Amino acid sequence: MTLKNRIIPCLDIKDGRTVKGINFVDIQDAGDPIELAKKYVEQGADELVFLDITATVENRKTLVELVTHIAEEINIPFTVGGGINSVEDVSSLIKAGADKVSINSSAVKQPELIAAIAQEFGNQCVVVAIDTKFVDNEWMVFVHGGRTPTSIKTIDWAKQVERLGAGEILLTSMNNDGTKNGFAIDITKQVSKAVNIPVIASGGAGKSEHFAAVFKQTKATGGLAASIFHYGEIPIPVLKKYLKTNKIAIR
Amino acid sequence: MIAIIKYNAGNTKSVQNALKRLGYESIITDDRAEILSADKVIFPGVGEASTAMQYLKERGLDEVIKSVTQPFLGICLGLQLMCNKTEEGNTYCLGIFDTAVKCFPPKEKVPHMGWNNFTSIKGTLFNNINKNDDVYYVHSYYAELCKDTVAVCDYINSFSAGLQKDNFYATQFHPEKSAGVGEQLLKNFLEL
Repeated sequence: MTLKNRIIPCLDIKDGRTVKGINFVDIQDAGDPIELAKKYVEQGADELVFLDITATVENRKTLVELVTHIAEEINIPFTVGGGINSVEDVSSLIKAGADKVSINSSAVKQPELIAAIAQEFGNQCVVVAIDTKFVDNEWMVFVHGGRTPTSIKTIDWAKQVERLGAGEILLTSMNNDGTKNGFAIDITKQVSKAVNIPVIASGGAGKSEHFAAVFKQTKATGGLAASIFHYGEIPIPVLKKYLKTNKIAIR
Repeated sequence: MIAIIKYNAGNTKSVQNALKRLGYESIITDDRAEILSADKVIFPGVGEASTAMQYLKERGLDEVIKSVTQPFLGICLGLQLMCNKTEEGNTYCLGIFDTAVKCFPPKEKVPHMGWNNFTSIKGTLFNNINKNDDVYYVHSYYAELCKDTVAVCDYINSFSAGLQKDNFYATQFHPEKSAGVGEQLLKNFLEL
């Protein structure tokens, strides 16, 4: 009877297709997010995140159609993020079958959006994604895909989004993202201790040991990664077996 | 035909998709006659209890649900609304299960979100399911254990993961989002 730590692959979506290269041998169409999602589900992924990286108005319809198809095909929970600015945006994605939505820059710009979504669809469906970077001895919040700094301290923002009704925090360390040197243990530890909602660690996963470290040393209950799964560097079953061997609660 | 009760609480579409993957057609409806004439009725739900209960009452669906004699499955908020009352919005509910719904004390992360297994399971709904199997939960309130409890999960404290009384079944977890184990449970229900 233990709540399991979640392994969460993230798929970047552009014009309804997965963007990053994929080398699953038995997937015919590597760019089809649904085929990739189904593969991850078979392999034991606990949740999926789809991030629309174009997120333009024209692409909204394509995204909603994609979400409809994903919901028809997969039998585990999934989150959709990218370019969500209003309760209406959320409504169309939830109605299409998304279980949760992830908001980032728009939440910083208008924090009341968090409360508005929570009110309408429940706290469980609001994931606030926080991009954080260690600058001048302080972990700070960045927006617009990490391009724009803010004057908000990460810990303060995490506590505020919890108060506003977020159901979960997806914390990405920009210092670690893409390095494959491991998750940012210190800020993940601080945030997951400061809030009582679940925290998903993101950015820096390169080896199975990195997941073990973040689950053992912080109160994060989820670990998210993209490229290591896409490129098959760490197949999910191998990762999960490693974690189980190391006595970490895993499905 | 399977009737999925339509109300202002969330994921009816996810349940319909799950049934479709198992080869069952369903309708999402709030029509009394359609609900009462269906082979099976599913009462899903993601949302807030007091607004959901108010919605059901305004449409007379509370009485319709209580008069269903076919196999009936409540999911998540559906399970909670089938109990006597809930601390969420201090709401009086349908009273099918003689138990109360309480808010988790914040001793661990709340909501209880993610995959968890069982302390115990019994009954036909859990045929071919093992107590070590994991299912997907997302909830901040829980039904206390009672004589109708058929599955127990432990998070912060023991709570009713599954309930059954006569033709009324309910799960706190989401079978429609619980991969193969969830599909087995839905199959067990659909084959009742």
